[in-house]
Amino acid sequence: MTVNTTLATYSDWCYAGAVIVYLLALLLHGVQFAAGRRRAAAPELVAAGGGGQASTTNPPGDGTSGTRDAAATAGRMAVSLTVLGAMIHGASLLLRALAVQRVPWGNMYEFGSAICLAAVVTWLVLLRRHRVSGLGVFVLLPVVILLFTSGTLLYTKAAPLQPALRSYWIAIHVFAAVIASGVLLVAGAASVGYLMRTSGRAERLPAADVLDRLAYRATIVAFPVWTFAIIAGAIWAETAWGRYWGWDPKETVALVAWVVYAGYLHARATAGWRRGAAWINVAGLAVMIFNLFFVNLVVSGFHSYAGVG
Amino acid sequence: MNGSPNDVLSGVVASLRNTWRGLTSMRTALILLFLLALGALPGALLPQYSLNAAAVQRYQAEHPTISPLLDRLGFFDVFSAVWFAAIYLLLFVSLVGCLVPRSLDYARGLRARPVATPRNLSRLPHHAAASVTAEPAEVTAAARRLLRGWRTAEAVEPSGAHTVSAERGYLREAGNLVFHFALLALLVTFAVGKLYGYEGQVIVLAGGGQFCNSGLLAYDSFKPGIRVDGTRLDPFCVRMDGFTAEYEPNGQPRSFQADIGYQDAAAFGAGPAGATVGGAAGAWRAATLRVNHPLRLGGARVYLIGHGYAPRFTVTFPDGQQRTSAIQWRSVDTTTLLSEGATKFDPPGVTDPEQRRQRQLAITGLFAPTAFFDGAVLSSSFPAPRDPAVAIDVLRGDLGTESGRGQSIFGVDQSMVESGRLVRVARQNLLLGEQLTLDDGTVVRFDGVQQWVSLQVSHDPAQQWVLLSALCVLAGLGASLSIRRRRFWVRAAPITEAEGGGRTVVEVGGLARTDQAGYGEEFTRLAALVLRGDPEPSRGRPAALARKE
Ligand code: HEM
Repeated sequence: MTVNTTLATYSDWCYAGAVIVYLLALLLHGVQFAAGRRRAAAPELVAAGGGGQASTTNPPGDGTSGTRDAAATAGRMAVSLTVLGAMIHGASLLLRALAVQRVPWGNMYEFGSAICLAAVVTWLVLLRRHRVSGLGVFVLLPVVILLFTSGTLLYTKAAPLQPALRSYWIAIHVFAAVIASGVLLVAGAASVGYLMRTSGRAERLPAADVLDRLAYRATIVAFPVWTFAIIAGAIWAETAWGRYWGWDPKETVALVAWVVYAGYLHARATAGWRRGAAWINVAGLAVMIFNLFFVNLVVSGFHSYAGVG
Repeated sequence: MNGSPNDVLSGVVASLRNTWRGLTSMRTALILLFLLALGALPGALLPQYSLNAAAVQRYQAEHPTISPLLDRLGFFDVFSAVWFAAIYLLLFVSLVGCLVPRSLDYARGLRARPVATPRNLSRLPHHAAASVTAEPAEVTAAARRLLRGWRTAEAVEPSGAHTVSAERGYLREAGNLVFHFALLALLVTFAVGKLYGYEGQVIVLAGGGQFCNSGLLAYDSFKPGIRVDGTRLDPFCVRMDGFTAEYEPNGQPRSFQADIGYQDAAAFGAGPAGATVGGAAGAWRAATLRVNHPLRLGGARVYLIGHGYAPRFTVTFPDGQQRTSAIQWRSVDTTTLLSEGATKFDPPGVTDPEQRRQRQLAITGLFAPTAFFDGAVLSSSFPAPRDPAVAIDVLRGDLGTESGRGQSIFGVDQSMVESGRLVRVARQNLLLGEQLTLDDGTVVRFDGVQQWVSLQVSHDPAQQWVLLSALCVLAGLGASLSIRRRRFWVRAAPITEAEGGGRTVVEVGGLARTDQAGYGEEFTRLAALVLRGDPEPSRGRPAALARKE
């Protein structure tokens, strides 16, 4: 099994390109955020897919129409750039998969990249249904940081998989983990937005209950997927390591994250706990990120696929 | 949200009580969930005895002040600590306390009629109205046809208005109950597996080495469940015929494969004669072990979990007698498989223990599969046995094997060396086939390399039940999170003659009991169908549906 280095190089270029495009989108979202005073978002962005169902809208902006237009334009451009970035990003993963003839999530660099793509795609899907592009900064900032860290500190050259990972379960277990992590990243961003909005510090964000609902809906999609990822991981562990559960640090922290998200769902089902629930959702995301970085890099365990040091 | 206090007063009281009950127990569950998450963290962040005892000792040596406290609190063995068990047992007690009444409620609710139509539908989160020419009874009949799959009840109010109340999504609660019960089952089956299961590791030399699952002593290390004493293990034998490792040019492993023969319970004649597929009882069957491809035998599974080298030495003693030994050395570098170990010999034909203790031999040092010399210092440049070499010390004297102390098979007893009873008599690098001669004429030859394979045998009688529970957790979760419990009401009221007459005012209202999001589209569709049939809008707002959040 040889590596096609040409494709691998193109993949790396696409990766860098995607980061730059996302960065520009992030800057434009920053402009939108700064310029759009007291506006939820640019309503033009949600023309499609809303099903005629109007979510709660904010009172019309009280800024001058000039800055409002600037905000709307910046927001629109940011979303277009995000779409472009996602396409280049997808190409980067696809090229790497072709270069190494396997799933493109075999080490930490690839895994981080795939999670970010899942997050961006989730975000774009949500944008089609809800007028929330004002949240863009909160979603793209962690994405850009994650991609940047993955692409520099954790970068791993295209290579075949180690024997331990050669199993069809990598396509199932890791894919589920990627999707769940990506969606939960957006949910966490929405909860951060909610917490800032309800503390009165970010009037320009979408309305609080829109953010709360967004976080909840993203989480209830991601939670079963995460549950499935853990179960699939246990099935794989049974075949690979001789036991389905062994309190390996990665397994343990995955379970901790699961418990925290279960806590989120309970808290949200409890009347008058919206802010508490949002905090728990943010904590859940923190545990997920901790599991991704700290446990892979610092704690040693069976999950030594990181491919770094 | 339901805005008619008078006719649902008792309902409000009941639901207040329910809310209070739910709130209190939910809060308990929340706190316990939080504690569970928090309590599991040290298990992931600190080294654990159960996973890596050596790492625990290292940590304790590095942190002498805090370690005794951590140790006493069970932080190095979190998942068997009493306090950890207390958290999850409490959680499950609370779960049972919460599930039993909920299940009863659910069973009662299955027979209950949908809630009567609220007086003021316009206060509901979803609401729409229109006036139509059809009779009230026709409207409700049509609505009921439309609401197939919903549980519906029809009523006629004193004013003459016909109403339909409909409810759907009962499976949500069922899914939720299944989910929580399955969690309980998961815990119980997990525990059963831990009680009755076992896990053992053993190293077998490739090229004919055998392992039989005959008892604890057959293993190098063995972790039995509390109810396992090692006397009634599943009988089977494994013979390691060959082992192949392939590597990428940079030394990264590509594949490991062990070709084995095995005999399972049937081969031992446990079954009726002739039960063995291979013919005669005791026949060996061939199989291949690879990473991710264990051998599954009845109750036990055999895994390929590691490999390494066993350098083979032949010692020719001064009297001409020869002894050959190959024993596993362990790798000190996982990428190049540079290995260390000790191969030990008893002098042949010496029966007097005193004499024997003077003339035992140990060959210790380093083995490199692909030798790379930096001056005289040996290291390895590739994990495959391309150009093997050893850098050895030969020690002679008392190995301390009869001292009663346990000995590592990878080294010599240093106290023997320190006390001068075990003395180094040679130090040399040997390539494959080379030999060295000791002062007494003994010749030590490095004449071969064998590979060893480390196997894990696992047995967990409950694991398929764990899997089943986990799948029920998933199914229950899916149902409970994707199904929405929702209500739909229709009121069709005739317009009196005094008000013009001949028409019917149709009002519909909707309420999702858990999460409003997502019900809107379904409601809109249903409402449009119920309100259809009359072009004339009521109150100037036709099927442009008011929706409150
Ligand atoms: C092992 C501990 C527990 C775990 C891991 C757990 C997990 C979950 C999860 C993931 C959900 C969301 C799925 C859903 O909405 O149906 C949920 C819902 C729920 N749980 Fe638990 N739970 C636990 C214990 C409890 C306990 C002790 C109670 C009793 C108060 C409880 C009551 C509920 C209720 C009422 C819901 C439904 C909330 C809703 O309608 O959204 N759970 N649980």
